Amino acid sequence: MAEINKNEVDIVIGAVNADLTQFLSSWRPFFSGFHLIVVKDPELKDELNIPDGFDVDVYSKTDMEKVVGASNSSMFSGYSCRYFGYLISKKKYIVSIDDDCVPAKDPKGFLVDAVSQHVNNLEKPATPLFFNTLYDPYTEGADFVRGYPFSLREGVPCAASCGLWLNLADLDAPTQALKTEQRNTTYVDAVLTVPLKAMLPISGINIAFNRELVGPALVPALRLAGEGKVRWETLEDVWCGMCLKHISDHLGYGVKTGLPYVWRNERGDAVESLRKKWEGMKLMEKSVPFFESLKLPETALKVEDCVIELAKAVKEQLGSEDAAFTQAADAMVKWVQLWNSVNSSE
Amino acid sequence: MVDPANTVGIPINHLALLKDELDIVIPTIRNLDFLEMWRPFLQPYHLIIVQDGDPSKTIAVPEGFDYELYNRNDINRILGPKASCISFKDSACRCFGYMVSKKKYIFTIDDDCFVAKDPSGKAVNALEQHIKNLLCPSTPFFFNTLYDPYQEGADFVRGYPFSLREGVSTAVSHGLWLNIPDYDAPTQLVKPKERNTRYVDAVMTIPKGTLFPMCGMNLAFDRELIGPAMYFGLMGDGQPIGRYDDMWAGWCIKVICDHLGLGVKTGLPYIYHSKASNPFVNLKKEYKGIFWQEDIIPFFQSAKLSKEAVTVQQCYLELSKLVKEKLSAIDPYFDKLADAMVTWIEAWDELNPATKA
Repeated sequence: MAEINKNEVDIVIGAVNADLTQFLSSWRPFFSGFHLIVVKDPELKDELNIPDGFDVDVYSKTDMEKVVGASNSSMFSGYSCRYFGYLISKKKYIVSIDDDCVPAKDPKGFLVDAVSQHVNNLEKPATPLFFNTLYDPYTEGADFVRGYPFSLREGVPCAASCGLWLNLADLDAPTQALKTEQRNTTYVDAVLTVPLKAMLPISGINIAFNRELVGPALVPALRLAGEGKVRWETLEDVWCGMCLKHISDHLGYGVKTGLPYVWRNERGDAVESLRKKWEGMKLMEKSVPFFESLKLPETALKVEDCVIELAKAVKEQLGSEDAAFTQAADAMVKWVQLWNSVNSSE
Repeated sequence: MVDPANTVGIPINHLALLKDELDIVIPTIRNLDFLEMWRPFLQPYHLIIVQDGDPSKTIAVPEGFDYELYNRNDINRILGPKASCISFKDSACRCFGYMVSKKKYIFTIDDDCFVAKDPSGKAVNALEQHIKNLLCPSTPFFFNTLYDPYQEGADFVRGYPFSLREGVSTAVSHGLWLNIPDYDAPTQLVKPKERNTRYVDAVMTIPKGTLFPMCGMNLAFDRELIGPAMYFGLMGDGQPIGRYDDMWAGWCIKVICDHLGLGVKTGLPYIYHSKASNPFVNLKKEYKGIFWQEDIIPFFQSAKLSKEAVTVQQCYLELSKLVKEKLSAIDPYFDKLADAMVTWIEAWDELNPATKA
């Protein structure tokens, strides 16, 4: 893989749990040399436990309130705390990994450097306009196949890199509860661009993005009524991903999926999560036809404008379906305001 | 470096899946020695061999295989004047095999494709995987990040809409190639030594609205669902273009599958592609295609079929009209091709009077 410039990257970790010792120790070989932003869930009472030897800045509720005001810190509660890190970062690339994940091993037994793989994905073009059957054409040992139009071989800028998970995959509660023993053991050795207009569920567990390109599009917006501290009880990343993909499609950027893998550990109880009323399911059903038919105006050329237009459409078309959508739309508008105020004072 | 599998000693499974419902179509101009290696996996199935080139030559078929063979004389005899739609001196002639088959499924493979090994060293039964792909639903309306959700050990990920988890019928299974990759001539010339050694352990549905380059080397499809759209065009002798037969079919079937709500999968199985064709010869064949492609792709990307087109034949005939309307300006070849598309459907319907498609 090509050498990456560590100064262009911030690794943002959302601390939903206080003890980050095991997590950070396991990632030390791959996090060392990078600047880390650790954001503490404002609802977490305990002190964070962070091992020495990292170049890290920690942000807690008080820091959030200083930057965005007391009334807005609730926007960053739970898993959404990481978005505060996205907001205040000054780097080009962000890499974010959930704190229940450790480095995975590839089929040869080597630990996967997820950070490098993500940044490599982001630095190389994406190819959303035509599907390459050999997947990433820019990787060593591969290329565009016969029949791939030459005019499309330059690709477009890559906005996001969505990684995957071995062991505990990002399945929803009903699926995991049904298949309690199921573990993901298949290492699919590919990076591919998700085609234009194709929708997908983007998981926040192992993700990276080009902050300079699409930062404001990663919106901490959709909050489930019973949102909890395990991924089975959230949908914020999936909603964020739907917005991000739609805006990327609109602006001519690409979204990649595939490598790198992380190894995700056991946390929480799928059956327990199932007991909660799973409104996420209903919200997704309503979101799909909305995004499918949505057309952002051609005049929306900046990411911020796209988010505002998207929020407008959400309020108009989905607001009456569920209060969660109205709140999401409001949060999206607020997010752009915060983004502009924080990032224009440079 | 990667090697083909050694299949000596693998027993033939006489209870092979779908052995009475699937035909294997093989175009050939030289010999069928490669079938010896495929014997354990393919012998239970019926072969349709389409012999291209000189019809007076005898093609030896390894013993034990049940087959029917058609050379150019047979094609002319069976189709009469309609034989003009079947290419001569090009593997595109294989689509005659699709037309003449009476089975529900087709597997087509090139005669320089051997059995591949998976990363554990095991011989890959490509046909078995194709059948799995075809019998399992596709998911073209929403991309699953864990790829094929119906595969053992996988599933739909969090956030995947429940209403879309039933999937749709799979019309096409597009397999890949280890060793010699399917590159175009310019790429072959620039990277003559590149070999595909990467075994990507996934099957995925190509999303609705997305086009792809369909390679005919290792391909299977549901003939009842999509057969009439699998016309491999006018290539080879007397035509200005070659090596775009499968590409053309791929663009047509994808537009039609998207319109009819059918799925197209790509990924596993791999075969081992042993022969690299001559890049200079390929360049001459592909030359016009490289330029024409730039107009053809936008044409297919924006092609819209009417609500009234509900059968594959209807879709295909509409498509042929659009080709005539929009692509003839590029070259008179497309005018001929549009006519050939109509002839193909007429011939298909004649040979398949009770087709449900």
